[in-house]
Amino acid sequence: MNKDEYKKLVEEYTPKEKKLKNAFLAFLVGGAIGFFGQVIVTILETSFGVETKDAYIWLCIFIILIASLLTSFGFFDNWVSKCKAGLILPTTGFAHSVTSAALDYRKDGLITGLGSNFFKLAGSVLLYGIISGFFFGVLGVIFYG
Amino acid sequence: MASKKLTNIYIKDAFSLAGPVEKEGAIKDYDIVIDDYYYHTKTFEQAEIKMQQVVIDGILQRHNLLHSDIDLLISGDLSNQISVSSYAASRYNIPFLGVYSACASFVESLLVASEIMEGKRKSNMLCVTSSHNLSAEKQFRFPIEYGAPKPNTTTFTATGAVCVLLTKEESKIKVDSYTVGTVVDLGCTDASHMGAVMAPAAAKVLIDHLLELNRKIDDYDLILTGDLGCIGAKIFREYVNRAYGLKIKNHLDAGCELYLKSQEETYAGASGPVSLPLYLFNKVLKQKRPKKILLIGTGSLHNPFFMNQKLTIPAIAHAVSLEVKS
Repeated sequence: MNKDEYKKLVEEYTPKEKKLKNAFLAFLVGGAIGFFGQVIVTILETSFGVETKDAYIWLCIFIILIASLLTSFGFFDNWVSKCKAGLILPTTGFAHSVTSAALDYRKDGLITGLGSNFFKLAGSVLLYGIISGFFFGVLGVIFYG
Repeated sequence: MASKKLTNIYIKDAFSLAGPVEKEGAIKDYDIVIDDYYYHTKTFEQAEIKMQQVVIDGILQRHNLLHSDIDLLISGDLSNQISVSSYAASRYNIPFLGVYSACASFVESLLVASEIMEGKRKSNMLCVTSSHNLSAEKQFRFPIEYGAPKPNTTTFTATGAVCVLLTKEESKIKVDSYTVGTVVDLGCTDASHMGAVMAPAAAKVLIDHLLELNRKIDDYDLILTGDLGCIGAKIFREYVNRAYGLKIKNHLDAGCELYLKSQEETYAGASGPVSLPLYLFNKVLKQKRPKKILLIGTGSLHNPFFMNQKLTIPAIAHAVSLEVKS
């Protein structure tokens, strides 16, 4: 049996992932987090008189704190496996990725373990986020002055 | 030819330790069960070292054996440079060999020990295997608490350790023959579908074993594969049927049988070198039948570096046959 024939055999016996269901679930969970964020921003603006720009910064800090705490208490990984990508994509996912890596390497030394592995997953987000930020900034200057 | 009929090598006893998920699974009477993945140590890796030492001590104490009574200790695990085995062995004054063929390491250790023992008149040897779900996750996949969504084909690395005492004294379980496997790569690239990666290697060693020792599949009461998982086991049987025209009726996969279907977190079943000996010694050999068993340990030889370099995954399987007297 050659590789192509084997690939067909494997596909035949591999159960299909419920992609539509997972995507819908991720849409609902991600959307719910966005809704929750908006509620917090509105509360900060109306009840505490915080400016909109600052309210979003406070929200970001708040979400990162909550997600990191939930990761370190061991809840987040179970929820991710149920809620799929909806929990990973927003800011919660970024916080979760650094906290989970930090937890893995906390006993391997502050520099050689935790420090060097902290951005193991999030490093790509940072690098390409900064690079694309730079290019869009340049484009912004060119087209909008 | 990589097969050999052995004359008088016996498995005298085995000592098993199982982890928190395994004790909730299909088998309830392991020698020791642990509830804590740290096992009173600081890290998962150190816990696995302790697990190996506990099973070695367990079997030495049960049979009143001194270090000097053991000629050789052969161990294998999934950690980098099989360092768990080496660190565990550092406590014993016993000659040591480390073996690695991923989840086929248990069968590899059995066949290496058997081959070395074959020419001796009197000998005791220990074969040790362990795996730890969380140290393996850290080694091969994402950080543990990350909990990345997994496909249904994923297998769950079993936590446990098993120490087997091989002797030349006659006992109920005879190590009858072995076949060393060949590395097979049929182009799979998905490390979360290891059953598909390993099935062709398992089939190859099965066919080699039957041809080289001139046996038929019906000579065995049970063909027990290591950790193909429930999906991989189906692929294995179908592959053997289509590629070699052989129908297997007497097949079980330890990985598929170790957990209950209700344990959803285990997906397609158990993986890890320890799943085969855990199931073999705590379930199969405690039953009256089967009498003739062919063990096929299956290992996916992938490595995170080569996965990132998009190479296809090679796999290996080794076979050892056992004869059980009632």
